[in-house]
Amino acid sequence: MEELISVLEKNGFVFALLLVGIIIYVSYFISKKITNNHIPGAAIAISFGLVLAYFGGDKGFASVPGFTGLAFLGGTMMRDFAIVSTAMGAHFSEVKKTGFIGLLCLVLGTIVAFFVGGSIGYIMGYKDAKSFATIGAGACTFIVGPVTGGAVGASSDVIAISIAIGVIKSVVVSIATPFFAKRLGLDNPQTAMIFGGLVGSTSGVSAGLAATDPKLVPYGALTATFHTAMGCLICPSILYFLVQVFI
Amino acid sequence: MKIYGVAILAGCFLVGHLLGDVLGKLLHMNGNLGGVGFAMLFLILLHDYFNKKNWHQAETESGILFWSTMYIPVVVAMSASQNVKAALSGGWVAILAGVLATIACYAFIPLIDRMAKKAKTK
Repeated sequence: MEELISVLEKNGFVFALLLVGIIIYVSYFISKKITNNHIPGAAIAISFGLVLAYFGGDKGFASVPGFTGLAFLGGTMMRDFAIVSTAMGAHFSEVKKTGFIGLLCLVLGTIVAFFVGGSIGYIMGYKDAKSFATIGAGACTFIVGPVTGGAVGASSDVIAISIAIGVIKSVVVSIATPFFAKRLGLDNPQTAMIFGGLVGSTSGVSAGLAATDPKLVPYGALTATFHTAMGCLICPSILYFLVQVFI
Repeated sequence: MKIYGVAILAGCFLVGHLLGDVLGKLLHMNGNLGGVGFAMLFLILLHDYFNKKNWHQAETESGILFWSTMYIPVVVAMSASQNVKAALSGGWVAILAGVLATIACYAFIPLIDRMAKKAKTK
């Protein structure tokens, strides 16, 4: 047992890859077999991670001996690097086609989520500017939350809340979208792009659209990718600045 | 070579972070402001530029695509290493903020959709 922990400890990053692979395999299996693809595997896997973290300490499950590699694989550098690479899935020319409306959606969706999320945090006791910005950013996507939290120097528990908000949003979007699609007029590429830009959560948007009409997925996912970039750009800068003025 | 793609990604990442840091200093705020967003914009514009020049290198692109498929696993590891115990003390914040923010965003979809259709018919 001691030898095992020593090997896992010395090769923490490699063990983290194995562990995350297993978590994702189980999560996608549950997504497919039990929820019939209604809840995206990514959302289940992330919730799984949060549940594991509950049984750990300050650094979540990475506080448990042998599991420290999780903190490196999920650390700021690796996370930002992987997120930047997803921009490959978006084409500037495609978004230019939707022009002003597309930009309006990205900005409006970020601002609405940011202030609704942040205000709820404020009402419920997270009254400093750093927590407001981080919780508000979490209401954009579970990426924007920790990126903003890291940039403004929020505490780890607030960052964890911001991830939880993003995950809940992703789950809600995945489940609710097919039920509201008709009322939202979500049956054409343009509306799908508006939807992705406003709502943001890439995994939720792509799962929700897949359940509504698979043809709409690339359009929604495209603007949703930009939504994360927009959130990462303005949440820790302009919006955080605004919050600091008012709080 | 795949490493070319990874290197391009790394270049965008570092320049974006540098810009974010400089912006943070200029605005007298601690930390990095929008570095990840800038890096994404650089990669999008660079990708666009290469497409226009017709420089299609499948191997180079696959170096970047590999990392984009690693994004969910990295996020899973990230959530597993958060201080969740402390966060649960504010559990209702997460649920309320998540649900209400989604509803608020949904509410704007028909509105903007109508605007977009009006703009088209003009």
